Amino acid sequence: MAYVGQNVQRKDSQAKVTGAAIYADDLTFPGMLYGRTIRSEIPAGRITGISHDLERDGYTVVTAADIPGRNTIELIEYDQPCLATDRVSHVAEPLLLIAHPDKSALWKAHVEISYEREEPLYDPQLSDRVFKHVRIEKGDLNAGFAAADVVVEGEYRTGHQEQLYIETNGVIAVPENGGITVYGSMQCPFYVHKALQCLLDWPDQRVRVVQTETGGGFGGKEEYPSMIAAHAALLALKSQRPVKLIYDRVEDMLATTKRHPSIIRHRTGVTRDGRITAMDIDILMDGGAYVTLSPVVLSRGAIHATGPYRCDNVRISGRTVFTNTPPNGAFRGFGAPQTQFAAEVHIERIAETLRMSSVDLRRRNALRPGDTTATGQLLKDDCSALEVLERALARSDYEAKRAAYRGTGRGVGLALFFHGAGFTGGGEARLASRAAVELTRTGARVLVGSTEIGQGTRTMHAQIVADALGLPFDAIDVSPADTAAVPDSGPTVASRTCMVVGRILQRCADEIRGRLGDLTPAQYMDAHGPLVVVKEYEGPSGIVWNDDTYRGDAYAAYAWACDVAEVEIDPDTFAVRPLRITAVQDIGKAIHPILVAGQIEGGTAQGVGYALIEHVVMRDGAMANATLTNYTIPTTLDTPVIDVEIVERPCDYGPFGAKGVGELPIDGPAPAIVNAIRHAGYDVRDIPVLPEHVETLECASR
Amino acid sequence: MELLQPRTVDEALLLLRENPGATPVAGGTDLYVALNLGTLQGTRFLDLWGLDELRQIREADGVLSVGALASYSEIIRSRAVRARLPMLASAAREIGGVQIQNRGTLGGNIANGSPAGDSLPVLLAADATVVLRSAAGERRIQLVDFYVGYRQSVIRPDEIIVAVEVPRTDGRQWFRKVGTRAAQAISKVVMAGVRGERVRLAIGSMAAVPLRLRRTEEALTSGAGIEHARAELEAEISPIDDLRSTERYRRRVAGNLLERFWRETAGE
Amino acid sequence: MRFTLNGAPVEIAAPPMARLLDVLREECGLTGTKEGCGEGECGACTVLLDGEPVCACLVPVAQVIDCEVLTIEGLGGDHAMQQAFVAEGAAQCGICTPGMVLTALTIPPGSSIEEVRATLAGNLCRCTGYEAIYRAAMRVVTPALQPTGKFKAFGRE
Repeated sequence: MAYVGQNVQRKDSQAKVTGAAIYADDLTFPGMLYGRTIRSEIPAGRITGISHDLERDGYTVVTAADIPGRNTIELIEYDQPCLATDRVSHVAEPLLLIAHPDKSALWKAHVEISYEREEPLYDPQLSDRVFKHVRIEKGDLNAGFAAADVVVEGEYRTGHQEQLYIETNGVIAVPENGGITVYGSMQCPFYVHKALQCLLDWPDQRVRVVQTETGGGFGGKEEYPSMIAAHAALLALKSQRPVKLIYDRVEDMLATTKRHPSIIRHRTGVTRDGRITAMDIDILMDGGAYVTLSPVVLSRGAIHATGPYRCDNVRISGRTVFTNTPPNGAFRGFGAPQTQFAAEVHIERIAETLRMSSVDLRRRNALRPGDTTATGQLLKDDCSALEVLERALARSDYEAKRAAYRGTGRGVGLALFFHGAGFTGGGEARLASRAAVELTRTGARVLVGSTEIGQGTRTMHAQIVADALGLPFDAIDVSPADTAAVPDSGPTVASRTCMVVGRILQRCADEIRGRLGDLTPAQYMDAHGPLVVVKEYEGPSGIVWNDDTYRGDAYAAYAWACDVAEVEIDPDTFAVRPLRITAVQDIGKAIHPILVAGQIEGGTAQGVGYALIEHVVMRDGAMANATLTNYTIPTTLDTPVIDVEIVERPCDYGPFGAKGVGELPIDGPAPAIVNAIRHAGYDVRDIPVLPEHVETLECASR
Repeated sequence: MELLQPRTVDEALLLLRENPGATPVAGGTDLYVALNLGTLQGTRFLDLWGLDELRQIREADGVLSVGALASYSEIIRSRAVRARLPMLASAAREIGGVQIQNRGTLGGNIANGSPAGDSLPVLLAADATVVLRSAAGERRIQLVDFYVGYRQSVIRPDEIIVAVEVPRTDGRQWFRKVGTRAAQAISKVVMAGVRGERVRLAIGSMAAVPLRLRRTEEALTSGAGIEHARAELEAEISPIDDLRSTERYRRRVAGNLLERFWRETAGE
Repeated sequence: MRFTLNGAPVEIAAPPMARLLDVLREECGLTGTKEGCGEGECGACTVLLDGEPVCACLVPVAQVIDCEVLTIEGLGGDHAMQQAFVAEGAAQCGICTPGMVLTALTIPPGSSIEEVRATLAGNLCRCTGYEAIYRAAMRVVTPALQPTGKFKAFGRE
């Protein structure tokens, strides 16, 4: 293998380090207008009147009445309107759209809106509008508890988290070719395409979506771009001009999706010598005002809710509910950071109750090859929970620090975790993703709907294809993610872009190589004409999943990891300073070690923020601290040393044995840090762990 | 928006007299944030940035004079500041990142008047004097008398701050900022102190204005002991709950910082 | 209004209070300098003004008259710092990269890792966790301290 496993130069490095890469706001079109969304100021109620004189003043104005198709943003359900008509369900809900050739005129536009307010619902615990229930059952829970010597209960809470891509959401819609083209920052051009077709009631060919260089996504640009694209498209169609709609940071934070807050309760039966006999887990997630992706976030969270442990008797009940807040949505990890936070802090507390080392407790109960998960999935040899645990302990010198830090204001803690790659259960089969490789005179071109959002998609796909074809990496082009030019490879989410899409590409390239024989691409094309091979996802055989009972093989493969976190608590300010995180992560095969390390280091830093300093303050149903000054993500002085070790236990399904890596790293840091804080003497069960909270714990303990 | 661009301080002051609503702009690190957020309504601005005579940092007759336009970076690099008022350099290092330090000015921090302004407790504890100038002449106001309410000062519409003067500071200097994160943070608590024969202490983010802690100082100077001083501190401050922190936390941490100050400035 | 942009004189028609960021991106057509927040918090709009990093979203263009402004476009493509970022994979999504590279140019040679962190504290990155950026910067600034082995992180403490 010439390229797979090597740190080749990224396809896009040069453009990015020179400022030549083109992001949405870098594009202009002749005659372009600027757009703005007029949004609700109340969390719940009815709109009783909207008045303005904007059309007279040269503005283009769009309301729901201008929507030719369905007034909805198509996703799982059709409940979210593109523009609200008479009911308002959250602050910042879009009501009207305006556009003007002069950007500064947008903010001078005056619109009078009158509302009849209703009582808003903010507390998910009081909500009886359930978007989705999930139940996973295994064995006999009562028997499990009967067999236990000790029962440990706990409740754990996680807050909202804002994705905080440094490039805000933005698109430009251009009416052209009898249809519309939307250029913009996004992860899933085909989601946008489908949503626009539904909104406009247009056939496939009239809608084209082209991803521009995207400055970070992390899930925050999975589904949201469909909404902003819909808005820009409506303005462009009404005005028959290109319309640029770019959010500023405040609007992006106020109006777009965030990670679902959660309340998770554990009740666990365990024998005195540390064998887990029963797990009863309850999950509540706050979905906000519309369904968006909540059912799938809950689903993934539920499947990971036991943590990487074996137990014969399990019940996991989850629900995701409505509140009058801006809808929550996809964010790296997608439910698993929440539930694994709870699981890993709970395991620590079980160990404390048993007066047993939490390492030994984990060793006893960690999943091993041949064990079954909560959904009854049989794990194969690539289940490396014990290996990553032992390596992390050794690399971090955990046991010695555990002893040495006692009473010093420092703590060391760990988290053992896992993450399934690809869509759950039958999801990949339903997606029926396609990928293609096309021969070019000098090499080949990758044609996928997968997007580069920083993680290195272009590069990684090109490496796989280069090796499969036996051609130089530089001879492999990657097409822009343009729905007119590439097949639908499914969304760029769920840690699937390498394992699932990469595998389809590998199969395409293998076939081309067979057909090429000894010919070069140019020779082949001279003799036979063009060659494009398109293939569709083929599920691994033997994967069985039941969506009604939630039993079976939830994911084709899991990645496994162990993080060890060291912290120091300031005795004066109660601030938790993260010193070091040792991350030992098994991702099957590192197609490009630097890209893999980049995912681990970056995901770990986001996990640090989630644990300690990223705090969404909600007041009256809206984010009260929606500026970068007041919503603090980690700077260089907030991030610890991040020490990475990559482990490779290949799986059968991904290209060269690769599993997923995008999301795994963010599942571990928060529980590892909280467990380190516990070691330092504070019984923390909620994140973010603000110094204000540590202070109240410290005071209570005196 | 109109920008008046004087070439000298005198010209600036004349323009200010003729245009009483004009908003002075120095490095723009507060002003442009407000402009970008749409919270500043002004249309006429007076550019001070080019007035190099306001950048000087010098010592004369025991008085350290820091020009209003001295940037935090210049303050950090200044030998005179490092020798005479190192706690000001410490504060400057914790304001924003290098980009903000290169453009933010001491005069701007004072004029902005946020109770969380990081240089303000330092200047208060150092008994600083603000030098104001208008076309009519100069006047000096002790910084401790400068603020009369939340973001309100005694500065007149036709005046600008030209310098801050600090007398000789005897004693060990100390500064501590507690922010919402390790860098680029708004202060939740910010404290500066000088321990000499007298103790001088000032704090920010504890009231509508930055505070000089007279009663706490008195307790420490008179030898009443740290516990008594801590009680005086709690009585002198009035922190609140806000987006960034809580009254309870600020109160507790202020007391902890007081004890830390006392411990760290003790002995040789 | 005249100033020197990437080594060449330019004349600007924008109003004096226009943000330098907008002048660069719109009037000068140089879109390499990015807007991430408009508050001076993210550093994505960093340019070098007379050699010092500043947030272009907070600078009125009138204040750069007769000054030297360096944007990412002014580095060409072969600058050692750019090539170090390439070699270490320090640009993932790339949106913070122009500002990050420019600030990194001002890290004093021979700096420790702590000094590198401090100089870059005003440049936010959401993708990398900063480690690859340190590796890139240290290659240029203090190659002797480059950690050995795969993905060794720089020590702190």
